[in-house]
Parts: sequence; C-alpha cells; structure tokens
Amino acid sequence: MNTPSLTIADVQVGQELPALDIPLTRTLITATAIASRDYQEVHHDPSIAVERGSQDIIMNILSTNGFVGRYITDWAGPNAFIRSVKVRLGVPNYPGETMKMRGKITAVDAKTVTVLVTGSNSMGDHVTATVEVVLP
Amino acid sequence: MTSVDQETEKDKQAFWQKLQAFVGKEIGPAQLSPDEVNIPMIRHWCEAIGDNNPIYLDTTAAEASVHGQIVAPPTMLQAWVMAGLKPRVLSGTNPYEDMNQLLFSKQFTSVVATNCEQTYDRYLHPGDRLSMTTTIDAISTEKTTALGTGHFVTTRQDYFDQNNQRVGSMLFRIIRFRPATRKNPSPHVVRPRPATTHDNSWWFDGLQNGKLFVQRCTNCQALRFPPGPVCPSCVSMDWHPVEAVGTGTIHSFVVTHYPQVPGLEYPLPVLLVDLDEGVRMVMNPIDTDIADIAIGKKVDIVLLATDDELTLPFARVHK
Repeated sequence: MNTPSLTIADVQVGQELPALDIPLTRTLITATAIASRDYQEVHHDPSIAVERGSQDIIMNILSTNGFVGRYITDWAGPNAFIRSVKVRLGVPNYPGETMKMRGKITAVDAKTVTVLVTGSNSMGDHVTATVEVVLP
Repeated sequence: MTSVDQETEKDKQAFWQKLQAFVGKEIGPAQLSPDEVNIPMIRHWCEAIGDNNPIYLDTTAAEASVHGQIVAPPTMLQAWVMAGLKPRVLSGTNPYEDMNQLLFSKQFTSVVATNCEQTYDRYLHPGDRLSMTTTIDAISTEKTTALGTGHFVTTRQDYFDQNNQRVGSMLFRIIRFRPATRKNPSPHVVRPRPATTHDNSWWFDGLQNGKLFVQRCTNCQALRFPPGPVCPSCVSMDWHPVEAVGTGTIHSFVVTHYPQVPGLEYPLPVLLVDLDEGVRMVMNPIDTDIADIAIGKKVDIVLLATDDELTLPFARVHK
C-alpha cells in the first residue's frame, strides 16, 4: 500500500479525519486479543464473560489502542510518529457491533498534532482517545 | 463472614485504608519480555488490527520513511511483555497479588480496564528486548458503575530496552468489581402498596376477588367513593357495597414524567375516571397509547393483578 504521508503543512486545527467503520466480528475480537497475547477469558469465552457480568465477550484495551493507532496512521501515513495515546474506555465493544471511528485535530504545536479520536458503537462511545502525533 | 450487603460506610472506609497500604509499591522484579521484538508477532498484530502501515512489515517502505527501518506498531508496547496463556509466577513478595487477594475477599473478582495512557519515547525495532517495571499508582474508594461496585486500581508501567534506556511508559487503570447482576440481585420492585385501613380494606379485598365495588348509603341511597365509614350526604353509618358495571368516562388526566417512583413505568398517565354509576376514581390506563387519552373519552375498566398481593382497576381507553 502506497500511503501518502502528511506533513505539518497539511494540517490545521478543526480538520476532521476520514471516517473509519470497523465491523466487530467475534473473530476480530478474539484474534486481536490473542495477537496482543491477552488470554483473559472475557475476550474469547462467552460463557465466562457472561458469568463475570458482561453480555458477551468484549474487545481488550490493547486492541482498542491498536485500532486508535491504525486510525491515526491510516490518515497520517508512514512518516507519522505517534508520541502518545491516551485512551478512556466507555461502553464495551461486543461482537455484532460496528465501531465507528472519527477524529478531529484539536491542537497543532510546532510539529506535534493533537487529535481527539472517538470510536463509537450502537450503545455509545467505546473509546475516547487523545493522540499526540509528530509530523515531518 | 459479614455479608458485603450489610457493610456500613465505616466498614468500606476501613477496607479502603487497608488498600492504601499498597499504593506506591513496586510489583515484583522487572518483567523481561518472553521474546525480542519480532516480525511474526508484528505480522499477527497487523493482520488482526487490519493495519496496513508499510513501516511495520515492508523493509523498503520502512527504510524510505522517517523511521529508517522496520519498526513495531507503537501501540503494541504492552503486548511484548504480556505473560501469555501461562500465568507468570512471581517469586518473593508480590504486593499486586496481595492487593488482589484483599479485593477478592470482598468478592471484587471481576476486572475491566477503563483507562490506558501510553507515551512512546521511541519506536521499537526487531531485536529490541524489553523489560517492564510496575508500580501501584492509586486505588480509589469504593465506586458503583454500570458494571457493578468496586475499586479503580491504577498502575504505572515503565518499559526499558536492552540498554536500560526507557522506551515508553503507561498508566493503566482497571476496575475490580462485584458483578451487578449475579452477586447483588436487586430485589424485585413491586408497585407501591395502598394505605389500607379497617374502613377501606374491604374495597381492595373486592378487587382481589375480581369485583369493583362502590359504596352505597343504606339510608339515603347515595353512592360514594373513596370508601369511608360515614355518608357525606346524610352522615349515616349504614352502607352496603354495590358492584360497578366497569364502564366510565375520562374526567381529566395528567401524564407524569417526574419524580419517578420505583415499580411504575414512565411516562405514567394518571386518569380521573367518572364511573357510569356516578362516582369518580383515579387509575392508570392499560393497553392504551398516551396519544389516545383525552377528556370525555369512554373507558372500560379492567381489574389486573400487579403482583401476588395487589389487584387494581385500570382504564382501557376506547380508540
């Protein structure tokens, strides 16, 4: 994939990132949990998840971080350097939902861009993240 | 053991004080990642996340980028040191496990992550070998969330490379909680009980037996409602019940939104119904759209058991 890479001249406060909708299959939730070496049962075993008070298996936070990181570089390209990802979790990501990722630039300071990212499903915001990314 | 349901605020405060002893403690020795940063794990991650940024797997593209070589996705930071399927056994004292055991003693057995703040000092390359130190940063007082009741626990992880240079850090917050549904079932909330006395309980008993009664004065024959011992027309204390036909007309109504009383569904219409016999009763509608309620509309009165102990009249409003 040839991703055009953004520079600091390409961005300004208020700019919105392209939308990204991620269908949350059971396979996706399980595969991302295992790829992050997270074997907590609530991320792959529905009956144990229910026993522990959840409605179904839920996406793990490492994967949520991963999707936030991907969302940023899908937009900013290979020359972006992600400085920090600060994530607050809201409603769970259950199988069958779609996580709708949206982002908006809230600050540009020297070469550091601050982006507010939300990932929401039918129940509300799954993730609200503040990401600092350095652009050339 | 004292049931957690019977704990007082003082008990909870004392428990929180015990938890505070763990704040600031480093958890065990530094954890070494089981493997070096490596391409196969990066590939699994990128496939699962659907991340096509070429700097993670395409050498040519990575070398052409500002990164100059293949790098790992920065958000994989935590994954490199995850224990995996086999739980890590820590030797010596482990304040985190001790803290968990204390939390488990109050049935705070479930866990959900709520916040994660990662900062990256540099991107990692294949061959880097990480180690991680963990410190208990904060433990909240008892909080109740939609998931259940529990304590937020924040830990701080610092990640170091093979040269003992810090490469990143993380503040990670979880809630250790008692599931809301299983351990603390909320008691079934029933409709509020009517205030019954010797003078009106016969009327509620009638409903329970499927009959809607009105009181008739034996002396002057006047009908009256609500039930009472003395005729408001002639002050006679002689009366007898007559069964109502069960039809009427809406005299007035309100739709209540607030305050909401447990055991009732809102928005809640409250109707004043003139029975065809000539007395007025207050009741809620049944099988009726709020939009169909209007002054002057005809209603059929239905007796309905709201639970095992209570039957009440409801108005089915004509369309």
